[in-house]
Amino acid sequence: MRLDAADRQLIDSYQRSLPVCERPYEEMGRTLGLTEEEVIQRLSALQDKKVLSRVGPVFEHSQAGASLLAAVAAPEEQMDLVAARINRAPGVNHNYAREHTYNLWFVMTAPDNELLEEHLDELEKELKLPMLRLPMVEGYHIDLGFDIDWEALS
Amino acid sequence: MSQLFSADYLPMDSPDSDATKVSAWGLLRLRQQLEQGLPLVPRPYRVLAERTGLSEQEVMDAISQWQSNGLIKRLGLVVKHRTLGYTANAMVVWDIPDEQVQALGKAMADVPFITLCYQRPRRLPDWPYNLFCMIHGTNRERVLAQLDSLIAGHNLQHIQYAVLFSNKAYRQRGGRYVSHD
Repeated sequence: MRLDAADRQLIDSYQRSLPVCERPYEEMGRTLGLTEEEVIQRLSALQDKKVLSRVGPVFEHSQAGASLLAAVAAPEEQMDLVAARINRAPGVNHNYAREHTYNLWFVMTAPDNELLEEHLDELEKELKLPMLRLPMVEGYHIDLGFDIDWEALS
Repeated sequence: MSQLFSADYLPMDSPDSDATKVSAWGLLRLRQQLEQGLPLVPRPYRVLAERTGLSEQEVMDAISQWQSNGLIKRLGLVVKHRTLGYTANAMVVWDIPDEQVQALGKAMADVPFITLCYQRPRRLPDWPYNLFCMIHGTNRERVLAQLDSLIAGHNLQHIQYAVLFSNKAYRQRGGRYVSHD
């Protein structure tokens, strides 16, 4: 999707530190030469176009609660069905098809580890498919706020 | 649940007072609200205050405190890379000898085109890989070329690895640790 210069600037400038003040969008506008209303309209439009999943915080999952990457090996012809069942389980926030025998990869979150394991046990029992549970041992780089390479996208 | 109420996440000094308890619920509600994103209105923090029973100032103070103690990693625009054209997203997994995994993980984290990098347990015999890194790219050929340069640059020619491109996102959203689905 092609974005205009102002949209790109918004993304380039505010992936990490949105102002925490009474009128944050006004302050962003002041920096970028836009009105508060324009900033709000642009952010709404970017959300509607699914360029942004949201404007807000990214929580550090090790502090925010429990979270785990898991994978299942679903029969190729049942992938959509199995993926839909995974999405119905509580706390699933990412779910991707990947090219491997373990072809569905998802992240589940819960308030604590006990509940998380419980929810995974339930899901595993229902799916009757081999499941990998891969908790993070150590994160070396765990932030998706990287600079967008607009040139490579054009 | 207990850690949700731990003093680290409360702006007050005396976690046992009645006033603080009321506020603790407000702060939990604030976290639930924040997991859905900020309202796109002129005074978003006031709207969050109205929804949580806190004052606008308490909302801003709590967010600032969560940023400084690390509960909030970043606050801003959360991009859906796939919509923008990052359609070749590869998870590359490696079977690295245990004594080298930490050093290599740190080295990979510094490579510009690697967007995520972490160590996870092996699950033998099915899953021998212990180091994961993500390359968010615009096309497959470019990602594979980047991978080649990574292997050459870090002498990984003898390491077993697998490349798992993702070809479909069934769901992609922020973590909801304290809200209900």
